[in-house]
Amino acid sequence: MSSTDVTAPPDRPDDTKKLDLGPVGHLGDRLFAGLARGSGGLVILIVAFVGIFLLALAIPALANNESSFLFSRIWEPGANPPQFGIAALFYTTVISSIIAMVIAVPIAVGVALFTTYYAPKRLAAPVAYAIDLLAAVPSIIYGLWGILFFAPILRPVIDGLSNALGWLPLFEKPPTDNVGVVFTASVVLAIMILPVVTAISREIFAQTPVAHREGALALGSTRWEMIRMAVLPYGRSGVVSASMLGLGRALGETVAVLIILSVPNGNDPWNSSIFAGGETFASKIANNAAEFDSPDKTGAYIAAGLVLFVVTFLVNSAARLIVARSGPGGKRTRKVRRVGDKPQTEGASL
Amino acid sequence: MSTLAANKPAYDGQTLDLTGKSGGRAFRNTLASVLITLCFLIALIPLLWILWTVISKGYSLLFDAGWWSESQRGITVRREGGGAYHAVMGTLIMALITALIAVPIAILGAIYLVEYGRGTKAAKVVSFMIDILTGVPSIVAALFIYAVWITVFGFNRVGFAVSLSLVLLMLPVVLRSTEEMLKLVPDELREASYALGVPKWKTILKVVVPTAFGGIITGVMLGLARVMGETAPLLILVGYSKNINLNPFDGFMGALPTMINQDRTELALQPAADRVWAAALTLILLVLLLNVLARLVARFSAVKSK
Repeated sequence: MSSTDVTAPPDRPDDTKKLDLGPVGHLGDRLFAGLARGSGGLVILIVAFVGIFLLALAIPALANNESSFLFSRIWEPGANPPQFGIAALFYTTVISSIIAMVIAVPIAVGVALFTTYYAPKRLAAPVAYAIDLLAAVPSIIYGLWGILFFAPILRPVIDGLSNALGWLPLFEKPPTDNVGVVFTASVVLAIMILPVVTAISREIFAQTPVAHREGALALGSTRWEMIRMAVLPYGRSGVVSASMLGLGRALGETVAVLIILSVPNGNDPWNSSIFAGGETFASKIANNAAEFDSPDKTGAYIAAGLVLFVVTFLVNSAARLIVARSGPGGKRTRKVRRVGDKPQTEGASL
Repeated sequence: MSTLAANKPAYDGQTLDLTGKSGGRAFRNTLASVLITLCFLIALIPLLWILWTVISKGYSLLFDAGWWSESQRGITVRREGGGAYHAVMGTLIMALITALIAVPIAILGAIYLVEYGRGTKAAKVVSFMIDILTGVPSIVAALFIYAVWITVFGFNRVGFAVSLSLVLLMLPVVLRSTEEMLKLVPDELREASYALGVPKWKTILKVVVPTAFGGIITGVMLGLARVMGETAPLLILVGYSKNINLNPFDGFMGALPTMINQDRTELALQPAADRVWAAALTLILLVLLLNVLARLVARFSAVKSK
């Protein structure tokens, strides 16, 4: 049949021969394995292509660019010669996402602890589900609700913060009473990333070994001390990586930010305050989709998209690395599941 | 603990109390409980508020038969009437095409990770790339397809291009959930099948995948729910059309997110505002329905492992 038959001694058939399941199975196996491998390879190719194509289209535009791409705040790709830099976009993107994270992570940790160790068992699953539903709300609806209904109640918060901390450039009093500011976008982003951070933290908190928790309780800890001494240290790396994933989500969020943030006038001086308007990478690209008419202009936006891709790539890889390296939670999840045991969750679903 | 607590009255409170906690510790414990419960309540507010806003403002149009059967053809922002048929169909068609492309790749990819590549270097690379794909922002996925579909190949902005970019977003969701499900299938089932002389590929198709089927369906539904609400690819890759266009390869196409986007600048006008909120409610209903169905399927078809 196959070439191995000729070389193998006839009196000692090798193991593969014994297990030969017939030519049909053999061919089917090879085809199917090939398909499966191909799909795996396709995933690698897709990610590589995203980077390569964006780079290929960005390079010509970058070559024509007359300003410093990284350090300029000018964005006039349509000018002759084209001038564009990402400094302002980068600043707004990063600052809004970081503020979102600062707001969302403590609350998410609280919610995760609530569902794992505080909520009555019968309530834990519905509670977890309710928070997960936040992730199901489409982002355009967050945007609309955020600017129309949520932004007005942030007005006093903005006034209070800018009165108290206005001497810092970051909290400088805004020139107008506009509510479509970076701070508003950040709070809405915080709500949007909350379910992501909560879900992962919850899963890791629920896996704190029973021995650790009972040990702490046996030593006379209160519930809070048990959490502080057993649960939080165990779940720390998991929470860090969950926050990074949330950060990655916030960096790339497009439509909610697009709707909420007011774009500053071209003539206005640039404002570093979080109580001013601005544009993120994603909102800039989406806002100007109609401008993709010449290769240079398109290339400028694609270059901005490439930077966003690289930044989210770095943030997300860092999140995964933290889990893989130091995370007892992360490693344990995989192992427990692979054997097919039930994860040691307490009431929490997922 | 309870027996000790029962003894409590025996202590006069002045002597050494071994059963209770010192005031400071008890206070901190209570404070933590209050704060943690508060976190949960705070997190719940936006959900309830958003649902209330969208339902209360959008429900009236949904009872209108025209909403589900007519398009916005010829309807301006100042005029009432018309429906969301074109947008609902557009959203469904684009999501369906996305699923048709993404689901087979996702399931085969998961089979590779669990059945063929388990523990190999290549599988680790694939796994890492899936994580990266999970984190790719929708606007970047859209730009990538723009770069390939429109700039390189010179095709037009059509619904199919949107589907292609949504594939990048749906693929990792379905792949990960399928992978988790396949891992849960007990090895005994596979071994029993091999022992009967069934080849590996048949074992996978006839034993492993059917056992995990419920979980795979759950992943597909969650993936669909995710891509249906995406707006950024629609903004870049297809124009919004008020007319009914069911052909994803030709012309602009309506979709619920772009229908919302179309009228959101004219919210001061009542007919436009009504339509925006009704479209938002329709979209939320579609997405939540898929989510709830996914949960139900997951609950009733969980892999039974010992």
